[in-house]
Amino acid sequence: MTKPITLTIDGQKVTVPAGTTIYDAAKAAGIEIPVICYHPHLSANGLCRLCSVDVGGRVQAAACVTAAAEGVAVKTQSDDVRRGRRTILEMLASTVNLVEAPEILAYMEEYGADTSRFDGGEKRTASVYDDNPFYLRDYNQCINCWRCVQVCAEDAQYAFALSFDGRGFHTQIGTFMGDGMTDTTCVFCGQCVGVCPTGALKPKRQAMLEQGVSPDEIFQQTRRKRKKKRG
Amino acid sequence: MTVSVDLTPLTPVLEKYHGRSREALLPLLHKAQSIYGWLPREVQEAIGRSLHVPLADIHGVIEFYTMFYNQPTARRVIRVCEGVACHLSGSAGVMEAMETKLGLRHGETSAYGAITYEHVPCLGMCEHGPNALDGAKTAGRLTPDTVDDFLAGSYPEPRAKVYGKPLLTLKRIGEVNPLSLTDYEAHGGYQGLRKALTMTPEAIIEANKSGEILGRGGAMFPLGLKAEFVRAAPGSTSEKHVAVNADESEPGTFKDRTIMEEDPFSLIEAATLMAYAVGAENGWILVRGEYPRSYRRLRKAIKKARAAGYLGRNILGREGFHFDIEMRLGAGAYICGEETALFEAIEGKRGFPRIKPPYPPSSGLFNQPTSVNNVETLVMALTAFTMGLDEWRQLGTEKSPGTKLFCLSGHIARPGTYELPFGVTIRELIEMAGGVPDGKALQAVLVGGAAGVFIGPDKLDMPLTYEDARANNVALGSGALMVFDETADLRQALANLGHFFAHESCGKCFPCQLGTQRQMEILDRIANGRAKLTDKQTLLDVGFTMTETSLCGLGQTAATAVMSAIELWPELVSRVP
Ligand SMILES: Cc1cc2nc3c(=O)[nH]c(=O)nc-3n(C[C@H](O)[C@H](O)[C@H](O)COP(=O)(O)O)c2cc1C
Ligand code: SF4
Ligand code: SF4
Ligand code: FES
Repeated sequence: MTKPITLTIDGQKVTVPAGTTIYDAAKAAGIEIPVICYHPHLSANGLCRLCSVDVGGRVQAAACVTAAAEGVAVKTQSDDVRRGRRTILEMLASTVNLVEAPEILAYMEEYGADTSRFDGGEKRTASVYDDNPFYLRDYNQCINCWRCVQVCAEDAQYAFALSFDGRGFHTQIGTFMGDGMTDTTCVFCGQCVGVCPTGALKPKRQAMLEQGVSPDEIFQQTRRKRKKKRG
Repeated sequence: MTVSVDLTPLTPVLEKYHGRSREALLPLLHKAQSIYGWLPREVQEAIGRSLHVPLADIHGVIEFYTMFYNQPTARRVIRVCEGVACHLSGSAGVMEAMETKLGLRHGETSAYGAITYEHVPCLGMCEHGPNALDGAKTAGRLTPDTVDDFLAGSYPEPRAKVYGKPLLTLKRIGEVNPLSLTDYEAHGGYQGLRKALTMTPEAIIEANKSGEILGRGGAMFPLGLKAEFVRAAPGSTSEKHVAVNADESEPGTFKDRTIMEEDPFSLIEAATLMAYAVGAENGWILVRGEYPRSYRRLRKAIKKARAAGYLGRNILGREGFHFDIEMRLGAGAYICGEETALFEAIEGKRGFPRIKPPYPPSSGLFNQPTSVNNVETLVMALTAFTMGLDEWRQLGTEKSPGTKLFCLSGHIARPGTYELPFGVTIRELIEMAGGVPDGKALQAVLVGGAAGVFIGPDKLDMPLTYEDARANNVALGSGALMVFDETADLRQALANLGHFFAHESCGKCFPCQLGTQRQMEILDRIANGRAKLTDKQTLLDVGFTMTETSLCGLGQTAATAVMSAIELWPELVSRVP
């Protein structure tokens, strides 16, 4: 067996099993490191970098994907760490519509993000896809956290209906040649909707209720059609 | 619009790749695109069925690489370089002439689908700028007046420009027919490998270590140590790889191209030597998509080497020494030069860098132990080993022994690839290259490419060694030096760099995906004379955040040049009164 690891986090001594991430080690010590893309049941890809902390290295380390190392002194709230977080949040605020992402909005408060700092910068815009009876896709609210792509693929469903359009700033979740969900390999398991942190993926019933459509009407429009018999 | 696509010409290609898996995706997409000019839906579906790759993933891959098209595109694509060096040498006029002549703007295809016209990031031919590609045909030193010849196909392809003293690694260039194995052998070729086979792999690694060769791809990791790690990693020789990084896309860098085009056998021998040292049977070379000539010549050279018993089973009669090389052609993505993104590209995926650790020597290509090496690194190691490490150490300095390739471009009389011992100063190098033309004064040098730093005239006496670079907060990186004379508009240069990084960010992590875009927007505004009072602080915050929190080296260096310029010349980003 490998020996347990002892490190300090914000001055507090913590001992954890080898292989524990800094994020989990901090949690065990009662210290919350902010995360956006991280989800405990999905593989961590270190995308949002909001969890970056000072480990005394050349650059900061993303706590959700960095293993705790012996003797390291982690700082989760230094000025530099907060500067990075604030800037990431400010850039995010100028890019996507976050009205339905309360956790992210709370971080904006906590880190004093000036949400209008990048006003005038290009926004990531998209049309709203209403192409199936079960959920809506509004990528104006998408932060590219990859959770939907992951649950649709190896993290859960093995349906492989989702991938990406474009790259860089213009990366967007997409389907094969932009096909509507009913024309893809989507099995409508709904797992992507369940893990989406921003309201970009939303159950159609919820969306219609919000729009004031009557429950009867909603039922008519969204009930699962009987499967066609295969010929 | 529905076009019915005839799949008949694709059938033999699919048959050839039958039984292959996802690693064959990039080659197959290239083949299909050479048939159809682009990749229609039906073609993608057929490829997906054949390689068992989900359609969404094929779509994601095509969307990632700028040289793959899922919209109707001409078979003939004209690509004009919009890089910094080409800009300095007058690409704006060439673009204007091209656009007028073709009646097309960036990204457009002519009415009958004959020509597609694009502006592309640095083509890696900076010593010849302004440059363009007509399909796979290269052209340099273009002027508005020669655009007609270029479009007519009668414009000659540029030849290598190689200088230096002593020419060790570049000695054959211009002296031999690049594709003649006999020439190569007659000029010292394969002496190194023959010598290696008289020694144990461990002894070769020791020799590598004493040569103190640091990686020449930019990250400067010691070659000998890397080789040792790969050799020590668990796994048989059939489970280990040598992956040659020939993605050379760092703006201002063209040394690897020079080697591949003019002396391809040297890279093959060098990779084989590395394979023997680390104990790997599988070789890969990923050449960037914009280097068609390198790709062609290497492929031909590999065939010849294989036929002569230099590749394959029991190489040079050595029982049990097997090694062969498979080529991959990139498709327009700077990020695929990042070592783990390179693995993803070879594996047929979007070029997203992986989180490290694990590092390539323990888990690289196909999650197996991999030695990933830059072209120059391997060839230099071959040079040092062949000449003998004692002699090698006579050159350069104590801490930076041997020679290095430098890529000189921009406002310089004789741009080109220079092989020189470490320790020569920047001033000496510039003088050797004829200085700044037309009697103009030097304003700045960008050292290390787009990811490098600006220096002013006061730093010209810095010796080009790793130790001096470190002491001066400069990274030699790939060895690119781009010269700006007093008339150059540095604001424009910064905006150009900003565009490059925004175009090349893979989009995986937030700080770089968002930061490169915001940085570009601010630099553009400044270059257009509309700086705001807050711009400097904003650029510094964005730069700090990208540097500190990005997932990979692209984001971590996307603001390096900008921040170095702000430090030297804060007025560049201030509001002009
Ligand atoms: C964005 C980015 C682009 C890179 N491009 C290249 C490249 O084109 N060629 C190269 O050899 N190394 C490139 N590198 C460095 C590689 O990641 C890696 O360090 C190198 O290939 C290792 O070989 P070396 O040790 O021989 O230099 C790049 C790194 C980054 C972060
Ligand atoms: S749609 Fe939702 S789950 Fe998918 S990447 Fe966007 S924000 Fe994440
Ligand atoms: S730093 Fe940039 S290139 Fe690297 S992973 Fe992040 S987005 Fe991609
Ligand atoms: S939570 Fe760690 S990178 Fe997003």
